Amino acid sequence: MLELSLHILDVLENAVEAGAKRIELNIIEDRVQDTMRIEAKDNGRGMSRELCERVLDPFVTTRTTRRVGLGLPLLAAAARRCEGDLSVESEPGRGARVEATFRRSHLDRAPLGDMASTLLAVLLADPPVDVAYTHQVDGRRFEFDSAQVRAELGEVPLSQAPVRKWIERTVREGEESLRQTRPMERTEKREAEF
Amino acid sequence: MAKIKSIEELKKLREDLERGITARSQTSTRIIIGMGTCGIAAGAREVLQAVMKELDARKIEANVETTSCIGMCAQEPLVDIVQAGKTRVTYGNIKPAMVPRLIEEHLVGGRLVQDWVIARLEPEGIR
Repeated sequence: MLELSLHILDVLENAVEAGAKRIELNIIEDRVQDTMRIEAKDNGRGMSRELCERVLDPFVTTRTTRRVGLGLPLLAAAARRCEGDLSVESEPGRGARVEATFRRSHLDRAPLGDMASTLLAVLLADPPVDVAYTHQVDGRRFEFDSAQVRAELGEVPLSQAPVRKWIERTVREGEESLRQTRPMERTEKREAEF
Repeated sequence: MAKIKSIEELKKLREDLERGITARSQTSTRIIIGMGTCGIAAGAREVLQAVMKELDARKIEANVETTSCIGMCAQEPLVDIVQAGKTRVTYGNIKPAMVPRLIEEHLVGGRLVQDWVIARLEPEGIR
């Protein structure tokens, strides 16, 4: 995928298909350690250990339309190409946890991209799914919890145009504020090397 | 501080929109966009955005939904338009730039965009 946010959308859609009502999505970027970690935990139906072990095989899938499931293998490839990896943990009835790690400054590490669009696409699901999203870059943190938004809105659905636009703006501004994190000074970089 | 401002904005949105809800929820038009791995890789997220934007601009009410892969991966992005009593149409290879014409002709004009149709389901059964 061209952006990591598209891989994230894919993983979130998996959670929706697994019957999740709530997904925790955490992105943690550490510029000193030069790592980027993306973690998605859901409370869907989970997977057996047997399926969990096979799930990175592109010919393993739970869907019936084709005998191919490329989502997780593609994400694993993206992570491994950046000196990272993908781990998938799950237990039946206990949801699943997917974690992708990357060396942040790796040349092949795709940009994170448009998280607002990714979150909006998932928040359209019916029955509704909530996403508790946090994105941290060094010491700065942006948090967005759709459950809080729903609580404030009462009966008004998230699909209403003004609400969607509010969500889009809020997430874009939040992401933008993380990009303001000031560039690392040379001395900081040198200390990080030791 | 930003959090408090956000909550204020949401409260205002709630007040403004609560009034309109019952009037709104009766549309039977469904626009379903494939959002499996194949769809996402082919650009379905951008098609979804384009659909929302077009519906907003024309103030058309429709339920926009996503669905998982239906097995026609090479034709993604796929957009289904479902309306009560009418043929269910599956459009394939849809790009964001094609969305305005799709909405204009199919939803507003009531005509299929034949060149882009890849499947149809008549209301009484499969043709």
